[in-house]
Amino acid sequence: MKSIFFLLVAVLVTACSSVPLRGTGDLGIVIERASGSVVVVDTSAQLALGRVTGLGDLSHASVVYARDGRYAYVFGRDGGLTKVDLLEQRIAKRIIQAGNSIGGAISQDGRLVVAQNYEPGGVKVFDSSTLELLADIPASFGDGSRRSKVVGLADVPGNKFAYALFDAGEIWVADLSIPREPKVTKYGNIGNQPYDGLVTPDGRHYMAGLFGEDGIALIDLWKPEQGARKILANYGKGAEKLPVFKMPHLRGWAVAGGRAYLPAIGKHEVLVVDTTTWQEVGRIPVKGQPVFVMARPDGRQVWVNFAFPDYSHVQVIDTLEQKVVQTISPGKAVLHMEFTPRGNAVWISARDDHRVVVYDTANFSKLAELPAQSPSGIFFTSRAARIGF
Amino acid sequence: MARFTVWVLASLFSCLLLPAASAADPSPDRMRDLVRMVRQDCGSCHGLTLKGGLGPPLLPETLRDKPAESLMYTVMLGRPGTPMPPWNAFMTEAEADWIVRRLMTGFPEEKP
Repeated sequence: MKSIFFLLVAVLVTACSSVPLRGTGDLGIVIERASGSVVVVDTSAQLALGRVTGLGDLSHASVVYARDGRYAYVFGRDGGLTKVDLLEQRIAKRIIQAGNSIGGAISQDGRLVVAQNYEPGGVKVFDSSTLELLADIPASFGDGSRRSKVVGLADVPGNKFAYALFDAGEIWVADLSIPREPKVTKYGNIGNQPYDGLVTPDGRHYMAGLFGEDGIALIDLWKPEQGARKILANYGKGAEKLPVFKMPHLRGWAVAGGRAYLPAIGKHEVLVVDTTTWQEVGRIPVKGQPVFVMARPDGRQVWVNFAFPDYSHVQVIDTLEQKVVQTISPGKAVLHMEFTPRGNAVWISARDDHRVVVYDTANFSKLAELPAQSPSGIFFTSRAARIGF
Repeated sequence: MARFTVWVLASLFSCLLLPAASAADPSPDRMRDLVRMVRQDCGSCHGLTLKGGLGPPLLPETLRDKPAESLMYTVMLGRPGTPMPPWNAFMTEAEADWIVRRLMTGFPEEKP
C-alpha cells in the first residue's frame, strides 16, 4: 500500500516538473564566471530562461554540446565537468576530474567527452551519458617524469582528438575508436610553447599557435604520414617581442571565403591567410590586440574583440572590403561573442558591466540586453553540429 | 586637531579593512580596481582563484619564499621568455608592490 502511495507521488511529481515540449536548437548558455553559474538563454525570444548554479570555478570555462542539443558539458577551471540539462535547467551530473582544467571536446559520435587538463597534465576520456572515466592519457614527455599542460584540444573525424602539449612542444592525436584503448600518435618538435589549437571547419587541418617562436604548426589529418610542418613563419610576436595581455584564442578562428582570419600576437592587427597555400595575403589594422576573431556563419563579416586595455570595443571586418566597417562598444570588458546559428544576430558578453548585449549583424542595431553576473563565454547549441566545437 | 581625528579614524578604518595597510597603499577606489584587475585580467592566465593556469599559481604558499622586490619587477616588467607581459603602463611600482604583498599574504576577494 505504502509503495503504491510513493509511486503515485513520484508519478505526480514527475508530471508536475515536466517541461513543456520544445526544441533546443535556439537555446544556449552564458557562463557567469565569478559566481559558478550559467544562464540558459533562448535566442529566438532573446530572453534568459533560468540560472543553473553550483558549477564551481568557471574562470576560463568552456562548453561543448551533446549531439541532441539538450545537454551542455561545462568544463571549469577547477577541474569540474558538469553536464547541464538545458530543458530542465538543472545539473544532470557533475564530477571533479582534475585539479586545473582548460576545456574539452566531444567526439564525432557524441559518445565521448574529453577534458584537457593543466594539472595533472593530460587528457581524460568520459562516457558522455554517465561521465564514467574510460581512459586517462597523461601528457608525459622527455624522460617520462614530467607532464605537460595540454592546450588546443579539438575533436577530429574518426572519433579522434588532436591536442598540443604546451611544455613539450608536441602535438598528439588520440584515436578513441576503442575508447578504453586509446591509440596515440605523437608529433614531436612541432615548435616552442604551443598555446592553443584548432581544427579547420572541414576537419582536415589541425593547427597549433606557437607562443615561444613565430609560426604555426600544421598537420594535414588527411595525410598524417607527412607529419607536422610550420606555416606562416612571420606569424607571432616578431623581433619586437610585444607584450601580450591576454593569449589570443584560436578556437574561434574565422575561416571565410577561402581565407583564414587570425589574431595577430601582440600587434593591433588581424592577419589574412589563404587557406590553399597557407600564405599570408594581408593584414587588417584593428583597435587593439585581438583575442577572438570570429566569422559570421555566412563568412561575409568577421567580428573581433580585444585584450586589456582595449577590451570594451568590438570591431567588424567586411570580408569583401577587407577592412573594419563598424566599431561598437557593448560595455566594459568584452570577453566573448557568439552568433545565432545562421548569423542574423550576435550575442556579446560585457563582463564588468554585467550584461549580455544582442546586436543585429545586418545593421548593428542593439536588439536586446540581458543582465548576467560577470558574463564570459556564450555557447549556443548549434555548436553540437560543428566539427571542432 | 580635526586633521588628527581624521587621521586616527582613517587608520582605524583601514586597519579594520586591511590588516596589512600602510601609508603607501593605494586609495580604496584604486584598490578595488587593482583587485579586479588581478582577479580578472591576471586571472585569465593565473586563474580567478589564482591557483594557476597557463601561468603559475599566485598563492601565498607558492610565493612565500620569493623576494617581494623581484616579484614586483616581474609584475612591472614581465618575464622575458614566458608569456608574462609587463604591466608598467597600467600601474605604479607602489601599486605593483601592494599587489605583491597582498598576493604573498592572501589576496582579497572582489567585493560585489
